[in-house]
Amino acid sequence: MTKVLVVDDSNSIRDMVSFTLKSAGYETAEAKDGQDGLNKAKSTAFDLVISDVNMPIMDGIELCQELRKLPNFKFTPILMLTTESSGDMKMRGKAAGATGWLVKPFNPEKLLATIKRVVR
Amino acid sequence: MSVDLSQFIPSFLEESFEGLELMESSLLNLEQGDDETINSIFRAAHSIKGGAGTFGFNGVTEFTHLVETLLDEMRDGRRNIEQNDIEILLESVDCMRLLIEAIRDETECDSNKITETSMLLEHTLALDNSVPANANENSVSTSASDSDDALSKWQITFIPEHHLVQTGNDPLFLFNALADLGELILDANCKELPALNDIDAEELYISWQLTLSSKASEAEIREVFEWVADECQLVITKEETIDELASIEPEATGDSSKEAIINGQVESTAEQHVSSAISADKNSSPPPSEKTANKAKNDLGSIRVGVDKVDSLINLVGELVITQSMLSELGNNFDLSKVEKLNAGLEELLQNTKELQESVMRIRMLPISFAFNRFPRLVHDLSKKTGKEIELILKGEQTELDKTVMEQIGDPLVHLVRNAVDHGIEPAEVRIAAGKSPKGTITLNAFHQGGNIVIEINDDGGGINRQAVFDKALEKGIVDASTTLTDTQIFDLLFEPGFSTAKELSDISGRGVGMDVVKKNIQSLGGRIQVESETGVGSTFRINLPLTLAILDGQLVKVGSETYIIPLITIVESLQPQKDLINRVSGDMVLYRLREDNVPVIPIYSLFNIASEFKDIESSLLVVVEADGQKIGLMVDDLLAQQQVVIKSLNDNYQQVEGISGATILGDGSVAMILDVSGIILMAHKKSELDQKHKKNMHFTPTQQISEGANV
Amino acid sequence: MDIQMLAEEIPVEGEHSLEGIDFITSGEQYLAFLLGEEQYAIDILCVEEIRSWENPTQIPNSPNYIKGVINMRGIIVPIVDLRMKFNIGKVTYTDTTVVIVLTVETTDKTRTIGFVVDAVSDVLNVDKSEIKPAPAFGGYVPQNYLEGLVNAGDNVVTILNVKALQAVEPHKLS
Repeated sequence: MTKVLVVDDSNSIRDMVSFTLKSAGYETAEAKDGQDGLNKAKSTAFDLVISDVNMPIMDGIELCQELRKLPNFKFTPILMLTTESSGDMKMRGKAAGATGWLVKPFNPEKLLATIKRVVR
Repeated sequence: MSVDLSQFIPSFLEESFEGLELMESSLLNLEQGDDETINSIFRAAHSIKGGAGTFGFNGVTEFTHLVETLLDEMRDGRRNIEQNDIEILLESVDCMRLLIEAIRDETECDSNKITETSMLLEHTLALDNSVPANANENSVSTSASDSDDALSKWQITFIPEHHLVQTGNDPLFLFNALADLGELILDANCKELPALNDIDAEELYISWQLTLSSKASEAEIREVFEWVADECQLVITKEETIDELASIEPEATGDSSKEAIINGQVESTAEQHVSSAISADKNSSPPPSEKTANKAKNDLGSIRVGVDKVDSLINLVGELVITQSMLSELGNNFDLSKVEKLNAGLEELLQNTKELQESVMRIRMLPISFAFNRFPRLVHDLSKKTGKEIELILKGEQTELDKTVMEQIGDPLVHLVRNAVDHGIEPAEVRIAAGKSPKGTITLNAFHQGGNIVIEINDDGGGINRQAVFDKALEKGIVDASTTLTDTQIFDLLFEPGFSTAKELSDISGRGVGMDVVKKNIQSLGGRIQVESETGVGSTFRINLPLTLAILDGQLVKVGSETYIIPLITIVESLQPQKDLINRVSGDMVLYRLREDNVPVIPIYSLFNIASEFKDIESSLLVVVEADGQKIGLMVDDLLAQQQVVIKSLNDNYQQVEGISGATILGDGSVAMILDVSGIILMAHKKSELDQKHKKNMHFTPTQQISEGANV
Repeated sequence: MDIQMLAEEIPVEGEHSLEGIDFITSGEQYLAFLLGEEQYAIDILCVEEIRSWENPTQIPNSPNYIKGVINMRGIIVPIVDLRMKFNIGKVTYTDTTVVIVLTVETTDKTRTIGFVVDAVSDVLNVDKSEIKPAPAFGGYVPQNYLEGLVNAGDNVVTILNVKALQAVEPHKLS
């Protein structure tokens, strides 16, 4: 089963993403900030990480950089949830090692369609 | 595919309100160069905007975008943090709260204030009147704009850079996504592949030539490659339009073989992203017919419970299970030699149950900071309005109390704090003249005392002017000139309906709700309020509240065959009546002299029309209770135990009953009614009025016995 | 994946719990009981449980036919004596006196109320078409409580309207 780590400090968004993924048959784990996400990633392997950018304690960019340092996560797709529509945040994400991004606001259909580009 | 987004709205609302509170309190503490604070304010705004966008609340998104932009400029150091900007941001927080409350209540919100504030924001941002880019851009759906709905054959050359896979992208998935758009033919080019020894397993050496037959537009195809646009060479060419429909115009076909843009262009993909995001946003806003259904859901209310509390519950349940299995094993072949073990087991069960009860109650408990945190802003605003410099000190913010109590104590507290600012703290000149610091101090303090929570609102102002209070009461006809009153009695006058000591109604505390409402609210929560005041030094309003509304400390009493429960908090004292203190006045009213008070005696049996053991006061017991400032003596047959009872509503399956606030289940499984002391006082009033009317008609008093309810 | 479709496939508990009954009979089932000499019946689906009579806790200043409230697994349930409410038979409390607890859902809430009857007599299978309107005259039971009459052997059974029963007890606050 495909395991996805969902990292977002907003409960509603995290719940929505997680619920949508579970409904589509993915297994999910949730983290409420980058540090929390990194800790979870260190103990468990995931097939995909979906992370918010703006978070307290550790933001998504830093999480991405840290994850890429882990041997397990060298090739793991990481999708950033961004609200910025400018290219800047996307490029910062890519530079940090993100696979792609999903611009908020998004809906469940868009989320699932996007995920399909990186995992089975 | 449909995931019902409305189910996440309550949690969005909850965290938005939390975010707003954080923004507000941080704004009040914001100082120049405080990066961490400004960052957290920005993050809160940003999260609200993101959530609002996702759940389709465009009003919030648009407004918050302005706020966020301003905050962003502050965060980047492009803008100095001026007091003026903070005021605007505080206003904006109010607006966001209005907008989000409107979503919660499914009402329209006062758009004037929103419009004014957003204009103010735009002005501050030195924006011309153009609408914010992200939120209002007219969206043109990508598929509608350039898809001509005809099947086309696309030639795609995809030459990835060698490190492409290292960011988690996999060409296979890209091709899958393409295959979703139409029929895909792949041709891999392995010319770049180095000799086996030179191959780096983490690099990608293959490129592809793809042929896609699809109705998709070029933009849609390009979107598939969006994430790798800067890591590959991409050439997309439209080869031909496959004539499906005879009616296709020849010009369209002629134009179509034009070559499209080469190489990943960030600009175009970004634009495209905006528009697709907006169309997604449209999809997610629920159709109006669903709205009524959502409302009920939003109203339910939720509690976020710390994992530690849940864990402790699970542990306790675990212990309970162990005790239970121990006891049932004991019961399987029980003999007298095991009595001791049984007793020990039952003792354990009692302990488990008690702990479990406490833990369950703790779930409903929240720190009072939830009620306190609005005061920094309130005092900030009031201080600005009155020109009085005031420092607010919060103490005991971690003191926990029941969520329901918390929700209902908020307004009374606001009133008392307004009152302290308005009437308590003197103007600076007066303070200086009195040798005090020009800056006034208001202290909110909360702590636990016994089974209650005590909340104190203290000011270091001029104290309550007893003469002014008395004069005012005189003027209102509440007291007459000859009465001498103790301090406590004078302060109690403040809570009389229609009483206000302010010389003129100010817009701060003179808002129509008086202190009488404050007292009533507190009493309806089963609490009470006291005042202490010293001239020149200040005043303290002290509120005593039960920790929870679900459980009550009760005195069990017996009347005939029935057991009733009197809330302990209302009981002044219980006593055996002494003959010489019983007075009968005006026919059949019985008063009992309790020190200086004459307390009207109300026999429960007659009020409730039930049988009782004793009908005369001399053989009964009196429980003196107090509610709404009135003491009465409840006449009962016997006093039983004091215990905690769980309050159950009679309303669920029956209806409200006069004089009864609810029911509970006693240890033996039977039901007992909980007395509503305020209600009983009302009933006694009505009954005595009715009796008087009755007697007037009869011209005859049938009994000298104290069988009727009596009251002043 | 379509969640809506999945959701539709999930069996609804209520439907299954009725399956047993549906297989055995056609039509509706009614619980018949005695008030004095007369037979009455109510829709069996509303019956929560049948309890033996126990002394309830009195509700102050309530009408005489409201006997009080009892504790049913932590729920406070009011008890209505149907014999007193309808003025039928003698009000005695014997070994056969039972309380039929009904749960009725109305648009705004669900109420659970116990009704005291002399005895429970039978379960009737009744086809809707067999229910005849009750004559609109005579009798102690107000017309709005009557759903109709049905023949059971030699007896006539009066079918009561549970919704009307549910609304029976609220009385005016004095």
